Amino acid sequence: MSDKKKVTNPKTYKFDTLSLHAGYQPHKNAGSRQVPIYQTTSYLFDDVDHAAALFNLERGGHIYSRISNPTVGVLEERVAALEGGTAALATSSGMSAIFLTVMTLCEAGDHLVVSSQLYGGTVNLFRLTLPKFGIKCTFVKPRDTEGFKKAIQKNTKGIFGELVGNPGNELMNMPEIAKIAHDAGIPLIIDATYQTPYLCKPFEHGADIVIHSLTKWMAGHGSSMAGILVEGGKFDWMQNDKFPTMTKPYEGYHGLSFAEEFGPTAFTMKARAEGMRDFGPCLSPQNAWNVLQGIETLSVRMKKHCLNAEEMVKYLLNHESVAWVSHPSVPDHPDHDLAKKLLPNGRGSMIAFGIKGGKDAGVAFINNVSLASHLANVGDTRTLVIHPASGTHSQMDEATLKFAGLSHDMIRLSVGIEDIDDIKNDFEVGFRAARKPRLVSNQ
Amino acid sequence: MKFKVNGQEVYASTGGRPFDKNKPLIVFVHGSGLTHMTWVLQARYFAFHGYSVLALDLPGHGLSGGKSLKSIEDMAVWISDVIDSVGYKEASLVGHSQGCLVTVECTSRYPNKIKTLSLMGGAGAIPMNPELLSLAENGDPKAVDLMMDWAHGPAGHFGGHPVPGLYHINTGGMLAKSRTIKETLAVDFRACDNYKNGFEAAKKIKIPTLSILATDDKMCPVKEGKKLADLIEGSKVDIIDNCGHMMLLEEADRVLKVLKSFILDNYPPNKS
Repeated sequence: MSDKKKVTNPKTYKFDTLSLHAGYQPHKNAGSRQVPIYQTTSYLFDDVDHAAALFNLERGGHIYSRISNPTVGVLEERVAALEGGTAALATSSGMSAIFLTVMTLCEAGDHLVVSSQLYGGTVNLFRLTLPKFGIKCTFVKPRDTEGFKKAIQKNTKGIFGELVGNPGNELMNMPEIAKIAHDAGIPLIIDATYQTPYLCKPFEHGADIVIHSLTKWMAGHGSSMAGILVEGGKFDWMQNDKFPTMTKPYEGYHGLSFAEEFGPTAFTMKARAEGMRDFGPCLSPQNAWNVLQGIETLSVRMKKHCLNAEEMVKYLLNHESVAWVSHPSVPDHPDHDLAKKLLPNGRGSMIAFGIKGGKDAGVAFINNVSLASHLANVGDTRTLVIHPASGTHSQMDEATLKFAGLSHDMIRLSVGIEDIDDIKNDFEVGFRAARKPRLVSNQ
Repeated sequence: MKFKVNGQEVYASTGGRPFDKNKPLIVFVHGSGLTHMTWVLQARYFAFHGYSVLALDLPGHGLSGGKSLKSIEDMAVWISDVIDSVGYKEASLVGHSQGCLVTVECTSRYPNKIKTLSLMGGAGAIPMNPELLSLAENGDPKAVDLMMDWAHGPAGHFGGHPVPGLYHINTGGMLAKSRTIKETLAVDFRACDNYKNGFEAAKKIKIPTLSILATDDKMCPVKEGKKLADLIEGSKVDIIDNCGHMMLLEEADRVLKVLKSFILDNYPPNKS
């Protein structure tokens, strides 16, 4: 502090640099410029004292790759750095990151308030599976901000939602819902898979825990399953008595209170120490490395994804076979202004549109496109399409589909980074096929 | 654990073990605007190895009550009061950054009470950059961002936290923002800037003393740390390469190894 020169701005690394470097020091890894893949189950202890110190959380380090792994650790730090978080914990998939988050936060008898517009698998986790563990949920439509407040009960331990709902593209008003959560002394958990930290940093808008399916845009190449939970570090677990497993002595670690001992990283420490120990949804080092390769080009890819998505929105809005288009960039989208505020770098590359002719036309479209891949994934570099009512959300009954904002004419489009003209040409083939049944029936 | 000092509630981590008055006491004193959590990778070790540990939150910081103390001298007296409050007659002190000024002053004032002194990233004086001080006194979070920038060496800026999944700079920043910047960081910065007695206090210290310094420490450079160490009779110096001011996180294992060796040699745990 003896430097008397005039203070300038901090020179901590910016987003694009962190995407390439955060979490890794080559000089501690034999000078290897690329992050090494530590394909190992376990790690030598220096001596008995070292082993005990690691198990007692006296020292940092690795014991067993179910709990932590050096390659996975680089990924965790990198995502924490990009999100502006204090800590992160990578898991085998996005779904396991959600499950681990809930199981770290809740006990039997607890309750969550959950957005109704979610990936179908997530809906089933909250609606059917968690109740088996004694954890109940109340679903609220993402735009019903006041509804989130009304749904909070005495035993509510958090609010969960996808910032931009899958697949209807409805936005949660994150700053207002964060305030509702914090006024009730509970955290806001946001699944920001669709955004990646390039498009939105939820911690800057009040979220406390961020979840990603890294399988999607973060990895970006459709090669590897991975998930992560990231901690913002601001939430005060000790402000009330709602979170005894965070604040009271924990028998599983010599009476440790995670909140007292680890403060802004307490949630991640507990999720790892307890959740990875007991449930074990660990990420393979090879998959962590694959995701790291994707993250290196995150901002480059996201720019192209968003550019192509905006072109596709214009194309679809003007197409005779399209009944409606939902994307936050569309001026009459109900969340257009909110999206501008929350997603300043682009509105994402997920588009939902309705095809004229309903379900039959949708099926014909899907069956006749060839460049666009028909599969149950999003956020690949390649363009992907699916008919949710018969695919990702097919396990929902009619009423649940309606509550989730799904219709039978809906096509979910994840815009890739191919040449935009090739995507449009491919869609023309699909639309021509979709019109045929109607032409026949009109005769 | 929580206890009272001069009628005010104080929080200290006991390193994850029950506080046992039959074991020798080590008191850890954090740096400007920070909390007990900066010591997690040192304090827990000693707590599990025969010592009673108090990783303190200074008044007005972290989980402690009261208002931040305004001078290094007041903090030094308060550390002595802490030792009295928990029923000890002696202790070993460990300080980081501002905590070094506090522990040096405390040791010089209470030579019979303090048995060993360990300084990390210490100097005899820590004059503050006027603009940084002004930012903190205006409650500007940029003060924390600048502190985190300067406090980490080039390697530390990339991360590589010893605890898997934790990111140094954001964690440190969040600790420094855990209470109001004006009421914690700014008060601490002003106390550091005002403190002029470090070198004189050092001359009075006759107990075993260790200084751990880091080659890339911009806040308390090696030459400043050595200047202080040279004034303390028989002081040991250990310099960590490729590391910045936040050595207790950036190179936690290396720091623990040196600290462990020094404390075990000079202030051993009870043989029973």
